[in-house]
Amino acid sequence: MATDLAEPLTDETGVGEINKYDFVTQTTGVFKARKGIDREIVAQISEMKGEPEWMLDFRLKSLEIFQSKPTPKWGGDIAIDFQDIYYYLKPTSEQGRTWDDVPAEIKETFDRLGIPEAEKKYLAGVKAQFESEVVYGSLQEDLGNKGVIFTDTDTAVREHPELLREYFGKVIPPHDNKFAALNSAVWSGGSFIYVPPGVKIDFPLQAYFRINAESMGQFERTLIIVDEGAEVHYVEGCTAPMYTTESLHSAVVEVIVKKNGRCRYTTIQNWANNIYNLVTKRAMAYQDSLMEWIDGNLGSRLTMKYPAVYMMEPGARGEILSIAFSSKGQHQDAGAKLVHVAPNTSGRIISKSISKNGGRSSYRGLCKVEDGAVGSKSSVVCDALILDPKSRSDTYPYIEVEEQDVQIEHEASVSRIGEEQLFYLMSRGLSEAEASSMIVSGFIEPLVKELPMEYAVEMNRLIELQMEGSVG
Amino acid sequence: MSETLTIKDLCVSVEGKPILNGVNLTINRGETHALMGPNGSGKSTLGNAIMGHPSYEVTSGTIELNGDDLLEMDAAERARAGLFMAFQRPMAIPGVKLADFLRHATTNVRKPDRKEGEELIPMREFRKELKAKMEQLKMDPEFARRYVNDGFSGGEMKRAEILQMAMLRPKFAILDETDSGLDVDAVKLASQSIAAISQDKGGGEEMGILIITHHDKLLDQNTPDFTHVMLGGRIVETGDASLARELYTEGYDRIRAAYPQAAALEAELVGV
Repeated sequence: MATDLAEPLTDETGVGEINKYDFVTQTTGVFKARKGIDREIVAQISEMKGEPEWMLDFRLKSLEIFQSKPTPKWGGDIAIDFQDIYYYLKPTSEQGRTWDDVPAEIKETFDRLGIPEAEKKYLAGVKAQFESEVVYGSLQEDLGNKGVIFTDTDTAVREHPELLREYFGKVIPPHDNKFAALNSAVWSGGSFIYVPPGVKIDFPLQAYFRINAESMGQFERTLIIVDEGAEVHYVEGCTAPMYTTESLHSAVVEVIVKKNGRCRYTTIQNWANNIYNLVTKRAMAYQDSLMEWIDGNLGSRLTMKYPAVYMMEPGARGEILSIAFSSKGQHQDAGAKLVHVAPNTSGRIISKSISKNGGRSSYRGLCKVEDGAVGSKSSVVCDALILDPKSRSDTYPYIEVEEQDVQIEHEASVSRIGEEQLFYLMSRGLSEAEASSMIVSGFIEPLVKELPMEYAVEMNRLIELQMEGSVG
Repeated sequence: MSETLTIKDLCVSVEGKPILNGVNLTINRGETHALMGPNGSGKSTLGNAIMGHPSYEVTSGTIELNGDDLLEMDAAERARAGLFMAFQRPMAIPGVKLADFLRHATTNVRKPDRKEGEELIPMREFRKELKAKMEQLKMDPEFARRYVNDGFSGGEMKRAEILQMAMLRPKFAILDETDSGLDVDAVKLASQSIAAISQDKGGGEEMGILIITHHDKLLDQNTPDFTHVMLGGRIVETGDASLARELYTEGYDRIRAAYPQAAALEAELVGV
């Protein structure tokens, strides 16, 4: 007989679930700031990076905002001792220019994550962030010739001050929320992309990064500017090894898509079970432009992430696809925000969540139509799949409409893996675990098919890993 | 030595309610059996119990395949042992392509010892075979890219079930009203296909099949060696092809009159 899904699961620690990434490469960090956060630390980070005065001021102001804001009480249970975290760690003194310059131990980590494959396939489009600093990056010459800037944000501060001063911290100002303020104070690394008017990049730009030091937070800062009529697809993949102590990841991603531009930002994150993943992602989309967020969240102790599109001018469109997978000891509080500022803007949110083995997935989303945004359309579809009675799913849809002539749709469904579906697949020779895995893969298929091929494969493999050992 | 599916004194309950009350049935590989009976007599229950549906609780009796105890196996193990059931209402699995599902299933059934994560049968080989089988069933190759039973019409579902049987080449198959909801031409095609598959010598031997039906069309091409009549959770009478003809032309009045005890159980079960 089939095993009851409600029975205790074999995997007690949860460690086995992501054992593929359960390794920590030894690094000889060149510089590690002391634990904790205060003016001295923030100033030291800025000094180490040789930053201009304006950035130091920005950091210090952000620190004050961070210190003045209370930790959010909504969402998930945030139990972080901010003084028990390392805020800055620099693994090598110089940024690697070519693959040969990259330290062997870092290459080893990348090998284990399959990065060289991506490097081969996508040529120079790879930027990889290791710990707090981008250690390896190469930029396809072709891109440079077209005027595209693709670099780490630290370098951008030094080399493109005019763009940085105009856009940095404008989409997500430090006072937006406590974690945006924290990131603004201690940020390090991240990607900076500028695509000039009319330039269409026809392959995805990618960055891989991972956290790799105990108790170390990672605070990368990404800024993407897509100028008029330009197009880019940025892909961010992330896996993290296991730790014994708490760890914090708090990124800020700001995107500006100008008139007729298009930007797609794809993220697949698979965090270790002890990581707080508190990320602020927001895009401002201008006239007739399109911003798409594709966001896949696996692992972590708590993820709070709600990619947003502010549709600033008529004809702007925002699309957000979100997948969350939570297992034992994990809480995914993920969702999306659509803010219609201008008339005739349209947005769509599709959210899929899977909860198993006592995991909790929440959809938290906002659809807001501001005064004057007539003719706006928003649709939200969120589907939750619950694999066993110990797991949980919640939906928190917030709708704020200040205009009459608008169209807002919201659909939500919650389903459990049905005994009938399992039996059907098993009657064709699939084991119970294979059958469950196939049902889950099918559930997220509408989103996975939007991913670049190798990410789709990786996503399916991660799901299979998550499903292993989940049934008797 | 001939292979045999043997069911002895089988009693099955669903949600604590007894549905089958001592079924005896032996099917040898190569034989065609028709199972007939009024609605609610327990035909589908027998099929599901043989296949190992967890909601169908076997309270007593045995089901054996060549002497191996099937009751010790879950549905997946039974499928790997050579059992198949074409369902009356197969489940939709949204997002899972028929071809992907079938490649997985075919691999598992052909390599019963395959461990999870091990290689599937090679894509090229599989595709070639699938394409050929789909042609025989007059199915559009594009059909394999659709999600399993998701938005399929009644006819498409039944045809997809037959396709799965053709690929999995079971030793024994139960066809649960594979003719229901099909128009005359579709039933004819289904009937021919089942005959072609079950008599296919390519897989080694013929299949043993148990056809659950109310009509005669499926039996046109699949003349039953035995016809069983089920009433009140028991097989009350067994005959040859002429019994099937009698039942679909004249109904079950004679049977009910001949077996009043089973008829009383039937009345209780279907709540008449």
